[in-house]
Amino acid sequence: MAIVTTSKKACSVNPLKMSQPIGGSFAFMGLRGAMPLLHGSQGCTSFGLTLFVRHFKEAVPMQTTAMSEVATVLGGSENVEQAILNIYNRTKPEIIGINSTGVTETKGDDVEGFIRLIRQKHPQLEKFPLVYVSTPDFKDAFQDGWEKTVARMVEVLVDPVEAEAVRDPARVNVLPGCHLTPGDLDELRTIIEDFGLRPSFLPDLAGSLDGHIPDEFTPTTIGGIGVDEIATMGQAAWTIAIGAQMQRAAEAMQQRTGVPFRLFERLCGLIPNDEFIAFLSEISGRPVPAKYRRQRGQLADAMLDTHFHIGGRKLAIGAEPDLLFDLSSMLHEMGAEVAVAVTTTASPVLERVRTQEVLIGDLEDLEELAKARDCDLLITHSHGRQAASRLKIPFYRAGFPMFDRLGAGHQLSVGYRGTRDLVFDLANLVVADREANHQPTPETWRSTDSGLQVVPPQLH
Amino acid sequence: MSSLSATIQDVFNEPGCGKNANKTEAERKKGCTKQLQPGGAAGGCAFDGAKIALQPFTDVAHLVHGPIACEGNSWDNRGSASSGSDLWRRSFTTDMNETDIVFGGEKRLYKAIREVIEKYDPPAIFVYQTCVPAMIGDDINAVCKAAATKFGKPVIPVNSPGFVGPKNLGNKLAGEALLEHVIGTEEPDYTTPYDINIIGEYNLSGEFWQIKPLLDELGIRILSCISGDGKYRELAYSHRAKAAMMVCSKAMINVARKMEERYGIPYFEGSFYGIQDSSDSLREIARLLIERGAPAELMDRTEAVIAREEARAWAAIARFKPRFKDKKVLLITGGVKSWSVVAALQEAGLEIVGTSVKKSTKEDKERIKELMGQDAHMIEDMTPREMYKMLKDARADIMLSGGKSQFVALKAAMPWLDINQERSHAYMGYIGMVTLMEQIEKALYNPMWAQLRKAAPWDDAGVNWQTKAMAQMDAQAAEIAADPVRAEETRRARKICHCKTVDLGSIEDAVAAHGLSTVDGVKQHTNASGGCGACKGRIEDILAAQPAPVLQAAE
Repeated sequence: MAIVTTSKKACSVNPLKMSQPIGGSFAFMGLRGAMPLLHGSQGCTSFGLTLFVRHFKEAVPMQTTAMSEVATVLGGSENVEQAILNIYNRTKPEIIGINSTGVTETKGDDVEGFIRLIRQKHPQLEKFPLVYVSTPDFKDAFQDGWEKTVARMVEVLVDPVEAEAVRDPARVNVLPGCHLTPGDLDELRTIIEDFGLRPSFLPDLAGSLDGHIPDEFTPTTIGGIGVDEIATMGQAAWTIAIGAQMQRAAEAMQQRTGVPFRLFERLCGLIPNDEFIAFLSEISGRPVPAKYRRQRGQLADAMLDTHFHIGGRKLAIGAEPDLLFDLSSMLHEMGAEVAVAVTTTASPVLERVRTQEVLIGDLEDLEELAKARDCDLLITHSHGRQAASRLKIPFYRAGFPMFDRLGAGHQLSVGYRGTRDLVFDLANLVVADREANHQPTPETWRSTDSGLQVVPPQLH
Repeated sequence: MSSLSATIQDVFNEPGCGKNANKTEAERKKGCTKQLQPGGAAGGCAFDGAKIALQPFTDVAHLVHGPIACEGNSWDNRGSASSGSDLWRRSFTTDMNETDIVFGGEKRLYKAIREVIEKYDPPAIFVYQTCVPAMIGDDINAVCKAAATKFGKPVIPVNSPGFVGPKNLGNKLAGEALLEHVIGTEEPDYTTPYDINIIGEYNLSGEFWQIKPLLDELGIRILSCISGDGKYRELAYSHRAKAAMMVCSKAMINVARKMEERYGIPYFEGSFYGIQDSSDSLREIARLLIERGAPAELMDRTEAVIAREEARAWAAIARFKPRFKDKKVLLITGGVKSWSVVAALQEAGLEIVGTSVKKSTKEDKERIKELMGQDAHMIEDMTPREMYKMLKDARADIMLSGGKSQFVALKAAMPWLDINQERSHAYMGYIGMVTLMEQIEKALYNPMWAQLRKAAPWDDAGVNWQTKAMAQMDAQAAEIAADPVRAEETRRARKICHCKTVDLGSIEDAVAAHGLSTVDGVKQHTNASGGCGACKGRIEDILAAQPAPVLQAAE
């Protein structure tokens, strides 16, 4: 049981956290023909946009209501109307997803009300899919924005179904958390399809941000789940939610359509995948394909090969709650010690992280604690690069954003195969660090004090 | 202390800006900022602009007062290089929460300043205002003043909340903060007749270090660079420079002009992109310094360095000539002046089939015409689809552009090179131009392209997405041309003047009906360009495209 504490500092230094509106926009990017729209000043959008482009190295659609100082004070109904009309006319989207920001929430714009009036005034928009989610910057974090937005999509876009309705046993809904990459989603789709099931991912970033070349130039998202498919998600036999953040959306789905759900808080590691594969086998009524029996063996072997390097490592990890819980649990199960855990926002999983204390804080906290507790493995997103170079310990990039290395969209952590590749990558980092920085010298084991030094200094 | 709106008015009224000087009183009041269009805007806010302009000061702690979005989503995102402190790359923000919104964020800001000083002891703190605290009335000027007194350290308020305007306004507001609070507050240990300021240079990818060795060789001292690899103290005594160079962009023109006004430091606008520009700039620096009392022999030494560097650069570029024979370039850029790169590309034997002029002034356009001939293909603003068509129609072999259009080229399996601020290579001065040629050569001759252009074995080579896209565009164009109603609609839908909402159709009609030939004539009849005046260039193009005016008989 970990104690969850919150940093008391007035000044956040080197933030780990990003804002919740762009977490909301990120969720809309997994819908086909979508245009995410932030109701705020143009900077609110441009900062987020730049971050996504640097992470994915792809064109990313995102728009702004371009609130000026005057519009902010007087209220943004005209800006929302103009923005919707401009996007509707120019980019011919299938859906516009709107998130509020700190500026417009401070004023208290009633965007739902604006949308009602806009629909009345412009008959062409009467039935047009518009989803609005309130996501002030001054509360919560990126993961919360995603959580709220996906839950709202379910409430607005899924057609209600009677609880007793007949369901398609081969259909499953998958509600992935924002900590999964397009590569993870592709992996999950393959696994689920191998059991003869037909998954609907909401949202489906693998369709839009996997780097594929679209058939035509479109200013909206180039793929993802369609609004038509979302509407029919109530016909599925099961919903699979991945990450505790998706509980809310899964419950909304159940309430609206009666589709039961199973929440998998983790999909990295041996046991979580055993549970996942067993569940798929159970709901599909099919035996586990030979491919996954083999992959399980490969993961077990990878764990044997790598535990020499991962076991005993003192891990400092900074990540949003679900990613933090997933990766730190897997490493704990591999014999690493979770010495420092820093996160961005509250979550029910935090107290179950296998460490003494989880701090809701920033990367300065992570760096200082890692130094004080002699950590020798750092995991966080790319903004940890400065801390890593000062700490001089192996640094594995995980989470969003990852802007200083390529292939962020395809980094895997789910499934037997994803876990296998991840533990190899981590162990190789440790090996490379030892070769580069911790070669023994004639002085290494020379006794300087009374005690016998058993552990060579290379392992700290 | 002037209010924010007064400062903004003052910034709009910039006599040093040629574009501004040509405006009427009323136009000037509206400022140089285009009216932002909800749902159709791109680009950063004023806070973004202020941060970009000041962040390269390396030993300063940059503290952002606002909710997490402003700093958390954007920090450590610029490739400026530092020769010393790395404090500028650390991120400081008050990360305001709901309680701060309700009760005010001033206390948190004050505490944050104290924490930064206790932990990092910087020579100064820059405090950036953002939209939310501006709305709830946090007075950062007062907090900064109180903190400065209490802690005995400069705490500089940068009042540029995002919603007051776009990025370029933020650049200027940042400049105002420096003028009001920093410049002239300290004295240098000594001065020389060779002291200059470089204004508006951010040292991206360390590119200014491609020029600095030449200045060092000439004995020219950079008293302060605003702001690339800059230090607070240098900035504070920058008013003792003998001359200044304002680099390329007009981002900080107010700083250059007001320093001339207040401290008698003459400045010129120059660039170190391109060989000719680099030489011109070095000469101009020498000329200004001599005017301010440096010995005249400085010019001889400068000419000698220029002659040597030019000879070396052209010799290096000549080696690319056989490789670039018959290769065509499409040049699309806002940030770097097109013509300054055009000359070097041509010298290397590349043919330029088109260049963008979106942010170019009239003189820039003239210069491009001079270089590329009368039928130079100048591009205003393009959708990705049009850009692709252009690449295809012009049969360009490579596109040089900013990062935003890279996806068009890369997806079209077209060699592409980033020449805007996000680039990872340094392209400044003489060495920089040679580096640019090397990069073009590398991109052009990569064997990968041949593979990527091949259709997948299961695809019909004739019906790939590229041909489909082209066919679609041609079909659309043909459809519109064949249907007079749609053609009319298209003409009416294309806005030319955003301030006064005047469309292409109305302008063309007015030109035809009244035989107009000047922008003023168009303005009288349609009111187009009666607002900010930014569309004058577009109207000129429309006028140029019309058949010679024929007066209607009835009049």
